[in-house]
Amino acid sequence: MSPRVRLGFALRLALRESRYGWRRVGVYMASITLGVAALVSIHSFREDFARSVQDEADVLMGANARLSDDVPFTPEGQAIVDSLRNAGVPVARVTTASSMIMAPSTETVRLLQVRALDPGYPFYGDVTTEPAGTWGAHMEPGSVMVDPAVLTQLGVEIGDELIVGTETLRIRGTVDDLPTDLAFQTAIGPRLHLSQETMERAGLLGFGSLARYEAFLELPEIEERRALRERYEALFDGTSLGYTLAEEQAQSLSNGVRFLGRFLALVGLGALLLGGVGVASAIHVYIRERRPGIAVLRCVGASQGTAFLAYLIQAAWLGLLGSAAGVVLGVILQEVMPVALAGILPVEVTTRLSWGSILAGLGIGAWVAVVFALIPLLQVRDVPPLAALRSDFEPPRRRIDPVRALAWIVLAASVLGLAAAEAPEPELGISFAIALVVAALAIAGVGLALTWVTRRFFPTGASYPVRQGVSNLFRPQNQTVSVTLALGFGAFVVGTIVQVESSLRNDLTVSVDAAQPNILLFDIQTDQVDGIGALMQGAEYDVSPLVTARVAGINGRTVEELADAPPDERPEGWTVRREYRNTYRSELGRAEILVRGQWWDGTPGSEDGVAVDAGGLPRLSLEEDIAESLRVSLGDTLTWDVAGIEIETVVTSLRRVEWDRLEPNFFAVFEPGVLESAPQNILMVARVPEASERARIQRDLVGDFPNVSALDFSRVQEAIDAVLTRVRQAVAFLGGFSAIAGIIVLAGALATSRAQRLREGALLKTLGARRRQILTVLFSEYLALGSIATASGLALAVGASALLIPELFEIDYVVRVGPVLVIWTVVVLVTVITGLLGSRDLVRRPPLPVLRGTD
Amino acid sequence: MIVAEGLVKRYMSGGRPLPVLRSIDLTVQREAFVSIVGPSGSGKTTLLGLLAGLDEPTEGRVLLDGTDIFSLTEDGRAAFRSERVGFVFQTFHLLPTLTALENVLVPLELRGMGREARPRAMALLDRVGLADRTGHYPAQLSGGEQQRVALARAFSNEPAILFADEPTGNLDAETGAAIVEMLEELNRDTRTTLVLVTHDLALAERAHRVIRLGGGEIAEDRPGRGTVVGAATG
Repeated sequence: MSPRVRLGFALRLALRESRYGWRRVGVYMASITLGVAALVSIHSFREDFARSVQDEADVLMGANARLSDDVPFTPEGQAIVDSLRNAGVPVARVTTASSMIMAPSTETVRLLQVRALDPGYPFYGDVTTEPAGTWGAHMEPGSVMVDPAVLTQLGVEIGDELIVGTETLRIRGTVDDLPTDLAFQTAIGPRLHLSQETMERAGLLGFGSLARYEAFLELPEIEERRALRERYEALFDGTSLGYTLAEEQAQSLSNGVRFLGRFLALVGLGALLLGGVGVASAIHVYIRERRPGIAVLRCVGASQGTAFLAYLIQAAWLGLLGSAAGVVLGVILQEVMPVALAGILPVEVTTRLSWGSILAGLGIGAWVAVVFALIPLLQVRDVPPLAALRSDFEPPRRRIDPVRALAWIVLAASVLGLAAAEAPEPELGISFAIALVVAALAIAGVGLALTWVTRRFFPTGASYPVRQGVSNLFRPQNQTVSVTLALGFGAFVVGTIVQVESSLRNDLTVSVDAAQPNILLFDIQTDQVDGIGALMQGAEYDVSPLVTARVAGINGRTVEELADAPPDERPEGWTVRREYRNTYRSELGRAEILVRGQWWDGTPGSEDGVAVDAGGLPRLSLEEDIAESLRVSLGDTLTWDVAGIEIETVVTSLRRVEWDRLEPNFFAVFEPGVLESAPQNILMVARVPEASERARIQRDLVGDFPNVSALDFSRVQEAIDAVLTRVRQAVAFLGGFSAIAGIIVLAGALATSRAQRLREGALLKTLGARRRQILTVLFSEYLALGSIATASGLALAVGASALLIPELFEIDYVVRVGPVLVIWTVVVLVTVITGLLGSRDLVRRPPLPVLRGTD
Repeated sequence: MIVAEGLVKRYMSGGRPLPVLRSIDLTVQREAFVSIVGPSGSGKTTLLGLLAGLDEPTEGRVLLDGTDIFSLTEDGRAAFRSERVGFVFQTFHLLPTLTALENVLVPLELRGMGREARPRAMALLDRVGLADRTGHYPAQLSGGEQQRVALARAFSNEPAILFADEPTGNLDAETGAAIVEMLEELNRDTRTTLVLVTHDLALAERAHRVIRLGGGEIAEDRPGRGTVVGAATG
């Protein structure tokens, strides 16, 4: 009779067996649960967020559309505003600039954002103020409203005075919630709100000042908003004047969150795949245990296929249950997320059950469980009926098993496919999957090596319970590798990110030290240079003129013509659209070296000192990367539009610039004698070692040169610290997530090996072991397991950091021992505690029932 | 000496108490060799477990060399076993992660014995004929060899009392006979009290005394042929 697969029998058997199987591998399915919960909640929340943002698009902008520019509106731009106003469309201008603000009561100075508003803004949404209902007070002369952070930064209260430019203004209240704000925005750059007239009187906007000019429009009809775009399309495409609809802004906001969400989804997928490894390990042990039963099935006539199918159905069923639990947890998380993130999200996010996300979560979870279970499940086919009679009978192993090979291919394809589908971009997902597999193999490899070393070199003089605990790592059907993988992976992720973060922090801290400038003054008018120099009272300072210009042409071709040039001659788009702030000087800067060509005085470049004949045209020195992006090299001509006048220059040298040094660095430097009479403003950097002196300079500036802004680099350092602290908080979250996944796999391993450990414990008790000795055995086992797992993960983390940090961030990598020790301690502690908790009944139970197998 | 007084053991089965031992009173003299026989389910192994303090009785008490073992804590009983009691099981129960030598060392090391543990364990393995297999793991040994390791382990702490639960149950007749001979020899040489549970009536008859259990009670208690042999030779 040919072997037939009997589906009905397989199904019934699977259902009966899963009563037992649930107890044995149920905990492992929990690792699927965690991954599915992460995916479902992230997918659902992404949908919730996109919908909520779109619903609130008008409120988020405070208007239906916005015109914006980084220079004052040109006559054409102003004409649009005027014609809209004439047509009865409500328009509110908003001008944002940075300025030094001083609080006379505390003598504190800060560089803050100042926003000048027209009445009516925002057209949508409610503004919450303290005292309530004071929004609008900033329109009155001599009045200002501030973000709450301004009060703390300047040490003032509502009712106090602030010096803004030439004006003294009274704080009428704080703006606690402007619906157009993202919460973290105001924390990073707190603002003052005042009227356009006040801003003008204060004289904050000198020539070339950094500012943003916007006009918000109330155009409720979508057709009108679109018609405006069509009418002025040429202007919006050809100049820096931008036009954004509220729904476009909302879209880009939710795109950002979607991108972030996809990264988080990858983390969830990582947890899910880690759970898959746990499932494979559990099924492996389970099938070994069920061997006699499977042999009996074969004896009574079940075909290989039927036996295999029965266990495959079990794995799928348990996987589905695990995923269902994950869906429930995910939906709960989805509900919690808007509450937990309320402070960060720009809109109130409403939740809605996302059936697509739920079905995807169920399907992905069950699929991962099945494909990971498949390979160990194939052992079922190898159990011969004879094994029922002789447990030591081993059939000869097949050398090449096409089915097993196929199972591996399905597994690999599934991992790659899932990662590609979840990632922001497929390539990124595939790289992620490959990195995951390489990291997993490396951790398992290092883990195996460490285990071998431990076994080989463990001191024979150690006390018996300690040696017994360590040797338990090698007990038959041990799960040392899967637990090492799970815990090691968590340690690896956390370890790597912490190493990167501390290296970055170190590098950023160093760059502000030494004899480098530590205060930057900008928006200085040419006639103010001498006055400010006197104010410096002897401190060293450098002066760099800034001349705004755009690229008008390259080698005689206009920008429009270049757009149609062949790719190797066509400059990258951003390089010809952007506004350049160029300078002229006779010396090279401190943070740059000449690489090619010659400096004005004939100094040759380090790589090639060729002299270029400029043919009487002004000479220009370009930064090497921008030259490449502009597709120009030595000898090429570059035509600049400087305030409407075209100046043709010849590239005679290329420079390499260390952009991360806090020095005035430029893409394009002109030779002296060309731009002196062009409209310009001045940038000044100085080194003032004393903090009190820097504070004095800033106070004096507010009094004497209100249009000038100063940036104290020690404040920049604080800002960097704040950002890095946020990064670390995010890391703590990811680390916690990985740790939970690791603990679940550990708990699963304990559950799977429970019977064996109970038997060993009972036997030791029978032989006279006391509670303390058994606890020592357990403690040593988990200490060894945790140490090996963590050491593998951390070794890999240090290795990866040593490779990645210099490569990605171009900074030196120094091993941080402190964080490594902290991570090691925490993971080992968690392992030992989980292990001991999971082994409680081992110590408690009387030995006889265990040894007789009745328990 | 082993004294059992009014031993009762009931297990809960399907929510109802199932009596396994109804009332057992028993005294075993020092250095005696007693076998316990009876049909499956008669409570043989349960009685053995209670006499050794591996499980707690529902009622009654057990005195081993005058010590009421159930007045001790679980740890106290473990310590007592470590000093005075040895075990041999039907299924050997060796620790799979340890070599033959290491398995024999376990009871010695649990007692905190130092340097002298190793030579003693080697001597015991030599005595059971496994001097050349000391580095092998249980999986690499045959059933008979595993049981010999278990014997060496049982005698390693020179127990006053040795409990054996179907020690030949998983072995063929020839290997089983060899194991029993070793048991007898060790019992004689080390003056150990030996309590043996078995299905094998021929093996049971080699004891000084045979106790037959039936329905959770002692159905028969009579001298075995070992008494005659012992008397004749001793």
